[in-house]
Amino acid sequence: MSSSNWATDFLNQLNNAEFFIVPTLMNRHLTTAGQPDEDIKNNNAVLWNIESKHWQQFSQHAIEQNLRWVAGWAEHAETLFIVNTCFEKEGTYLLLRTHVNNESPELPSQATVYPAANRSERHTQDMFGINFIGHPDNRRWTQHKAWAEGSYPLRKDFPVQGEPQAVTPPDMDYPFVKSYGAGVYEIPVGPVHAGIIEPGHFRFQAVGELILNLEERLGYTHKGIEKIAEDRTPESLARLAGRVSGDTTVCHCWAACMAMEQAADIQIPPRAALIRGILAERERIANHLGDMGGICNDVAFVFAQMQFTRLRELWLRTNATVFGHRLLMDRIVPGGVISDLSLDSCALVSLEISQLRIELSEIMPAVDLNSSLEDRIYTAGYLLPEIAAAFGTLGYVGRASGQNFDVRRDSPYSPYDQVVFKVAVENQGDIASRFWVRYKEILSSLKLIEQFIAQLVIAQPAEGKILTEWQPPKAGSEGLGIVEGWRGEIVTHIRFDTDNKITRFYPRDPSTLNWPALEKLVLNNIVPDFPVCNKSLNGSYSGNDL
Amino acid sequence: MLQLIKKILTTGVVTEKYKAPKDDELEQLGIQIKRHIDKSFSGSIAIRAVDAGSCNGCELEIHALNNPFYDIERFGIHFVASPRHADVLLVTGPVSRHMQTALLRTYEATPNPKWVIAVGDCAACGGEFGVSYASCGAVANVIPVDMTIAGCPPTPLALLKGLLGLINN
Repeated sequence: MSSSNWATDFLNQLNNAEFFIVPTLMNRHLTTAGQPDEDIKNNNAVLWNIESKHWQQFSQHAIEQNLRWVAGWAEHAETLFIVNTCFEKEGTYLLLRTHVNNESPELPSQATVYPAANRSERHTQDMFGINFIGHPDNRRWTQHKAWAEGSYPLRKDFPVQGEPQAVTPPDMDYPFVKSYGAGVYEIPVGPVHAGIIEPGHFRFQAVGELILNLEERLGYTHKGIEKIAEDRTPESLARLAGRVSGDTTVCHCWAACMAMEQAADIQIPPRAALIRGILAERERIANHLGDMGGICNDVAFVFAQMQFTRLRELWLRTNATVFGHRLLMDRIVPGGVISDLSLDSCALVSLEISQLRIELSEIMPAVDLNSSLEDRIYTAGYLLPEIAAAFGTLGYVGRASGQNFDVRRDSPYSPYDQVVFKVAVENQGDIASRFWVRYKEILSSLKLIEQFIAQLVIAQPAEGKILTEWQPPKAGSEGLGIVEGWRGEIVTHIRFDTDNKITRFYPRDPSTLNWPALEKLVLNNIVPDFPVCNKSLNGSYSGNDL
Repeated sequence: MLQLIKKILTTGVVTEKYKAPKDDELEQLGIQIKRHIDKSFSGSIAIRAVDAGSCNGCELEIHALNNPFYDIERFGIHFVASPRHADVLLVTGPVSRHMQTALLRTYEATPNPKWVIAVGDCAACGGEFGVSYASCGAVANVIPVDMTIAGCPPTPLALLKGLLGLINN
């Protein structure tokens, strides 16, 4: 296994440099802590504890080893903070952990090495009051005016109700980046946008029509998801996870349930895994159809928008018929899924797949041959592969800029470990590329659903077991759920307290890493192309703001 | 171009017929109307959608109102880009505290007479998020609400029926 080699070699190299790391194995499907000398299998995550003084040095070694920065989050225990960073290489995940004391919590910043860590550390700074020394941009990020300076919502002594004012004042004094010079002007946009869209603020500096700089100011949809998750039961947490970002309800719920099932040492029935796979791929297709319509709409190509939204509506109606919910919310529960697929439903889903293929084969040539669409989306919103890599860009945004990574293929989890499928990767990096990658992913997902349906029908008797009974985990148990959502890799960390209650829930939506790429890909585009650039990335505001 | 025209012709008209709902149907869909729209507005309602911190599920279903099946515009109901053009505010989300001022300002910028519809469980009663340090817990806690459409998220059909119920009684 090449993956075990890099981790073992890297560990030896670091310990020679006097890092004194204590390794533990974290099986991604079972949290039995193995022996350090065991072989690291592909589906494993390793947990390394290090001293806080080495925090930044480690990231320098990690970037030399070409490790990808995945996620960062903290936890508050009674007398200390636990700070975590997750890395990935060749499908093996590395969870790096350190402890910081309560008195004046600080750590050397990894954002100096990994640009991807920038906003994550600012979020941790706002929510926990942990100071990241040497951070390149330590302005507030998630915090606007809903809680006072010097109070930190995710500390255990902060009450969930907080001390809100009657009316939360606007965030007037955020220090935006300024630019000076003849002919430079600013365009403030949002938080309320001109369409049916989530709220966020964009600050442009432009000369004539060209965008010189874009700064995002997000956090408007911050609903305290991490805080209100505390003390929930597993069922209740799954419902909340399904509302981290409504368009990703299936995969966020899946990642959260996967983390909880690991913590509780529970295996879900194979049939439940297959149904989860079908749900996730249906969610991917529905969103890609909507996005492709949206991209066409933003350049006023109404024919395609109407066709794609029509196909999406038909798709969602089948969701309602077969699964009982148009967006597939709350279908996944801890231990499995809530409903089985009958043979009739399998036949209906298969029939719909062949119909969608025919429809797309008629629509796509008409779209492809449309010169005015070509004119608007080719070469616009170009994201350089190097920048995509530096920000750890995920999903179709990363894959349209040469980032060849997909959790389903590179670190497979059930049911993806039983199927073969293509991952669409392009190097063109423009809006058109993100459009076509989505189309290729739809075709790939259709094949996946067919394979899952075939296994449901052939391999097992219908109406088999779809739910494993829940066993409350021990206090302190944790799990790391990693799935490929339709926007890209989702990483969810969950830790249990006593009495089957959650004490920490951190969902890392792919948008968290994709949003910064938008600031780069709009540069040198014209302001009127911003909406279509934004739609081609389509980050989740809610998933980012938590 | 030929392929495009051929596809338009073979697709045909997919728009579905919908009738104005009766009271029991509204109740069944979890729709409550406190104040109907003035008759003089019937036939031309301008809506401004405001996301006040939703998870974006409701937005997906509001978007669906514009797809060819529901085609909300044929009822004289259309979405506008500015609150200054609006008769109705369609508000989603539990009103995150970071959006409270923005929602109030949007409400103030909407000329009288105006109506407010709270869409989805979060907007109606706080939903999964409730009241916390970060959320106000319902649109009615921030601005006066004339109609609620429950659901997580409400289906486009429920949204359509609610809007028709608001203007037809």
